[in-house]
Amino acid sequence: MSTSPSQPAPEPGPSTLPARDTLLRAEALVKHFPITQGILVQRKVGAVQAVDGVDLAVCRGETLGLVGETGCGKSTTARLIMRLLDATSGRLVFDGEDITNIQGRRLKALRREIGMIFQDPYSSLNPRKTVGSIIGEPFAIHGLLKGDGERKRAVQELLETVGLNPEHYNRYPHEFSGGQRQRIGVARALALKPRLLIADEPVSALDVSIQAQVLNLLRELQREFGLTLIFIAHDLSVVRHMCDRVAVMYLGRIVETGPSDALYALPRHPYTGALLSAVPIADPSRHGEQRRLLSGDVPSPANPPKACRFHTRCPKAQALCAEEDPPIEDKGTGTSAACHFPLEPGDLVELGIGDAA
Amino acid sequence: MTRYVIRRLLWGALMLLVVCLVTFIIFRVLPPGNPALMRAGRNPTPNSIKSIEHVLGLDKSLPTQFWDYLKNILLHFNFGYSYGSQESVLQLIKERLPATISLTVGAAVLWIVFGVGIGILSALRRHSVTDRTSMGGALLLVSAPEFWLGLVLLYLFSSDIGKIKILPGAGSYTALTSDPWKWFTSLLMPWFVLAAGSAAVFARLIRGNLLEVMDEDYIRTARAKGLPEKRVVRQGVRASINPVVTLMGLEFGILLGGAVLVETVFNIPGVGRLAYQSIVNADFEVIEGTVLLASMFIIAANIAVDILYAYLDPRVRYA
Amino acid sequence: MSSAEPLLRVDDLRVEFHTEDGVVHAVDGITYQVMPGKTLGIVGESGSGKTVASMTVLGLTRYQGAQVSGRILFEGRDLVTLDDEQLRRIRGNEIAMIFQDPLSSLHPLYKVGKQLTEAILTHRDVSKKAARGRAIELLGLVNIPDPANRFDQYPHEFSGGMRQRVMIAMALANEPKLLIADEPTTALDVTVQAQILALMERLQREMGMAIVIITHDLGVVAEMADDIAVMYAGRIVETAPASEVFDSPEHPYTWGLLRSIPRLERDREEALVPIPGTPPSLLRPPSGCRFHPRCVYAQPSHSRIDPALEPLPGAPDHYAACLLEPQLRRGLWSALSAGATPDEAKQSAGYVEESPEGSPVA
Repeated sequence: MSTSPSQPAPEPGPSTLPARDTLLRAEALVKHFPITQGILVQRKVGAVQAVDGVDLAVCRGETLGLVGETGCGKSTTARLIMRLLDATSGRLVFDGEDITNIQGRRLKALRREIGMIFQDPYSSLNPRKTVGSIIGEPFAIHGLLKGDGERKRAVQELLETVGLNPEHYNRYPHEFSGGQRQRIGVARALALKPRLLIADEPVSALDVSIQAQVLNLLRELQREFGLTLIFIAHDLSVVRHMCDRVAVMYLGRIVETGPSDALYALPRHPYTGALLSAVPIADPSRHGEQRRLLSGDVPSPANPPKACRFHTRCPKAQALCAEEDPPIEDKGTGTSAACHFPLEPGDLVELGIGDAA
Repeated sequence: MTRYVIRRLLWGALMLLVVCLVTFIIFRVLPPGNPALMRAGRNPTPNSIKSIEHVLGLDKSLPTQFWDYLKNILLHFNFGYSYGSQESVLQLIKERLPATISLTVGAAVLWIVFGVGIGILSALRRHSVTDRTSMGGALLLVSAPEFWLGLVLLYLFSSDIGKIKILPGAGSYTALTSDPWKWFTSLLMPWFVLAAGSAAVFARLIRGNLLEVMDEDYIRTARAKGLPEKRVVRQGVRASINPVVTLMGLEFGILLGGAVLVETVFNIPGVGRLAYQSIVNADFEVIEGTVLLASMFIIAANIAVDILYAYLDPRVRYA
Repeated sequence: MSSAEPLLRVDDLRVEFHTEDGVVHAVDGITYQVMPGKTLGIVGESGSGKTVASMTVLGLTRYQGAQVSGRILFEGRDLVTLDDEQLRRIRGNEIAMIFQDPLSSLHPLYKVGKQLTEAILTHRDVSKKAARGRAIELLGLVNIPDPANRFDQYPHEFSGGMRQRVMIAMALANEPKLLIADEPTTALDVTVQAQILALMERLQREMGMAIVIITHDLGVVAEMADDIAVMYAGRIVETAPASEVFDSPEHPYTWGLLRSIPRLERDREEALVPIPGTPPSLLRPPSGCRFHPRCVYAQPSHSRIDPALEPLPGAPDHYAACLLEPQLRRGLWSALSAGATPDEAKQSAGYVEESPEGSPVA
């Protein structure tokens, strides 16, 4: 743990660094999916507010974790960043360039800079293509390495980089295990040497013993190629291990963000506290410790609570929380949280978290 | 659900208008020559041609003609007049409809009972002799053309030309109201022929669906609850039947418009035969009428099937 | 072993599937027991046989053409020998099972209430009205708000967590003595998982039910289980009371699992030590010790000898199937648990490579 609560330090993040060190910035990103109803003519009667005002920034070379549960909007955010979806409003800046609305050739050029790894290694690879052609596809799409055997060499090099046998160039996905398929996905994402890699739940579908292999691989590659990584997951332990900074999402908003050490040791937002408290600890001697559980279910993103979105389930909620939406602010203990009544050390003891070094 | 139903009905009404428009264009606008002449039958007199022209309103503008046409059909059920047979088309159809309905309903019963029954049996006894023979049989029946199958059956079983004279031959259809037994026996072979191909298709479909469904998690849960295997299978069938019900409904609607081949082979006085004869005799009004009727039945069947599907699958209602 | 009679005792259970490619030995001789009111956690990954083993207890693998041998003793009766009708009376009645994916585990076309009352009426001779009342009571018991109205809704109208509660309600409808839960929270969010696990624990206390929980999540098993059995390649490689499995694990696979997951309570920078290789084929399992191809500590002789599950000296409740010397194992683990890498651990524990013939190499 690098910071202790008694020494408030400014959050070492993009807001305090010169702009050129920020690789990606998202400002007030919003994505609403309209809900329509009607007999003859479909009228818009509402919207699923999947992402509702997200501010993000990722520094060069760092790993940012995006954590949240079902319906929080983390996958939608990833797709917005990748321009697989168009934002309803907001701004995206990649390496100084505004990419919010680019189209055509510029958009295609962007695809070379951002690579994506998907969750399901079984459905994200085309079963009818050989592994070589899957990894070589990015080159083909962008018209690169047309030379004799150049592409094949590059693909084989990539196979080796991710720890697979380059001789297996002509095999099909079904001949590989889940972990190996995920490595193929990583190789494909790295083909064009992107500067930013977005990994959307890259290990959730893998066995525990294989997860560590892929996680270690990602870390190694990040170091070797100087990659910037946005790591999306719901497993808090994995995120803590992999990420330098973490942003916690709830119902389309970021509720807390900060360096991993600070966030896990001293979470300020009650939702972060609830998440951490809910993670089962692999230590039977701590079985039976009291933990306060979060009650109820996540409200529908089509009809989120007014003001602070978490107030309907928050153990610390008060009248103010239902009237005024708290902005995300530096709480002086290492993280920024959007909360009127953030957690104090006493709350953490009750939740059974945060005191482990 | 109500919103869904209303939407479907409105859509159906729109389709009906479109069908009328297209029929109008095909039968009044597109054909070269004088529409009155084409309807007047053989050797018409100039006077009859003139009166037909007047009835058709050929002196008015096309849109007005279409409007009158629509009103005739939708408000007065006036499908026109057959100068060849000297009867209103509506009357002709009304006379033939009971036979077609008898044929269709009977065939539907057969294909539900046998199609679904054999499909389920085959799925439950996958790869057994029962399964292989029924699927093989299904393949045969689907491949056999209706008229061929009909003629073969007549050749084998009909009382006039057959080898084993047990069933009434072609042309022996009698109305249900006059002689129920004769009505029943004269329809047995036509029902079989009409149902054969469809039953085969449905059997294969149900077999495939049920095999997939029985591997689903909720079937495993049903067994884990301790339900008797019969009930488990019933739950499986319930889940696999939806797409098949849809197809059956559509098929039913199509057949109501007249099963031309079967009616011709067995000489049954239904709407299909009427359509065939009117084509041969170039009786335009009747052709137009039967086409319109068939389209209406198909639209109605489509709507009914959509509504039924939403009733059977609660997840669809929210779409 | 404890003096009380085990509620469930599985004895040398083997389950095989005859496929086109050969015989798959999904479960290859496992022995374990569950005490009344206690929780057994079965830990394993894909291909370990944990799900097949549990489904076989209720005879559910019969429908997939499994060949079962061995004994499954439940209150003295051998479930393997029972016919379908006898087994059916136990399913959902004395032994109940819940599964991983609650969305696909409920029939999409029947209302939730009907699925619940069905579970009750199958085993109890009560009126439909009484069953309905009991079903609504059960929905309330599992903390579903507004149970009377929810009774008439379809599964797709419930969230994932609520569906799993419905599954639990269905399983508990007839107050089973044993609940088998196969990855009950894997498909759920972490906060929902905590709710469901707490619910299961509370109901267990109130009903005095035994639970077998199958999972790959070591955190879940640490929370829930009194005893743990670790499965690999169709065998149990280690079994012991929960605290012992975490404090002094005696099998390299268990070490591998413990060292390959990031743990919130440990140092963030601590490296993950993955288990090399991939899970084994159950068609052609490795010779000798099933784990040896992936075991960093394997000796050449381990590819020839198949270790049996044996009790440890001095710890009669703790069994492990490993050919390494217990002394050596303890040394290796104490190094590993302090954060050493496998190579460092080998050094400090005095691990000696054997020559291919089996004698130590200098």
